[in-house]
Amino acid sequence: MAQHRLLPRQYLILGLVAVCAPLGDTCLARGMTAMPSISLANPGALVAAVFTPWIAAGIALLIGFFASYLTALSWADLTFVLPATAIGNVIVELLSKFWLHETISLERWAGVVLITLGVAFVAQGPALTERPAPTDEKARLGEPVVTEAQPR
Amino acid sequence: MTLSLPVAPLATVAGPLFAAATIAAVVLASTTGEVLTAAAMKSIGDLDIIRAKSGLKGAIRAVLTSPPFFVGVLFLTVAFFSLLFALNHLNLSLVAPASASLTLVTNAAAGKIFLKENVDGRRWAAAGLVCIGVYLLAH
Repeated sequence: MAQHRLLPRQYLILGLVAVCAPLGDTCLARGMTAMPSISLANPGALVAAVFTPWIAAGIALLIGFFASYLTALSWADLTFVLPATAIGNVIVELLSKFWLHETISLERWAGVVLITLGVAFVAQGPALTERPAPTDEKARLGEPVVTEAQPR
Repeated sequence: MTLSLPVAPLATVAGPLFAAATIAAVVLASTTGEVLTAAAMKSIGDLDIIRAKSGLKGAIRAVLTSPPFFVGVLFLTVAFFSLLFALNHLNLSLVAPASASLTLVTNAAAGKIFLKENVDGRRWAAAGLVCIGVYLLAH
């Protein structure tokens, strides 16, 4: 199997996916924990939550994440993109240690090591599953044709 | 005169079953949405190539005219509101690691079954290591 290697620009896209997602989730968590309890009987309150500052900031970051994520999925497998972008959790952990001077337990350092190992594992392999070339018959039937990322 | 009864939070009433159901809803909706979105993006093709040929508007048009993409986004929206609901009732230290870890594993299985991706030993190992790592980080 040929190895699909990524370009520096494609690594940058994966980096954006990795950073925007945990930061967006953190904003959502901060916004939702500050809100009063919402019950299933009042789903409108969930929609109203979208317009509060922390939730809005979280959504803006998650839109950035989603645009980068879609771009990454157009040239890499889902099972490559998801583990590879988990490095964002490690970035957040390192920021909290060296920027916010939080104490990181041994358990959490073990988590950092395991995620880094997992990302290294998946990053060594091909980014995209090889497919046979599309046939005229498939094109005639209008079936989706998978294209492969080509290094430029 | 209105009768008002003291209402206990749902998490207190249903306990672990409620927590499991809420997290399962997030994981299932998220996995379905991600698989459909990934399938849509593969059928559209490399966005960088489309953008080089047709510009940014062409790339956006290619994505927005794909029906599977919208079904995927619909499921991701359900996952998003399920997550908001879960965060409102359960601790972040439970919801975040549980949903993130389980989604990695369900996506690996769904990627192999539905997207026919080559999920070899290396990718299973990566999903497993990241899954345990995320759990340890946020637990």
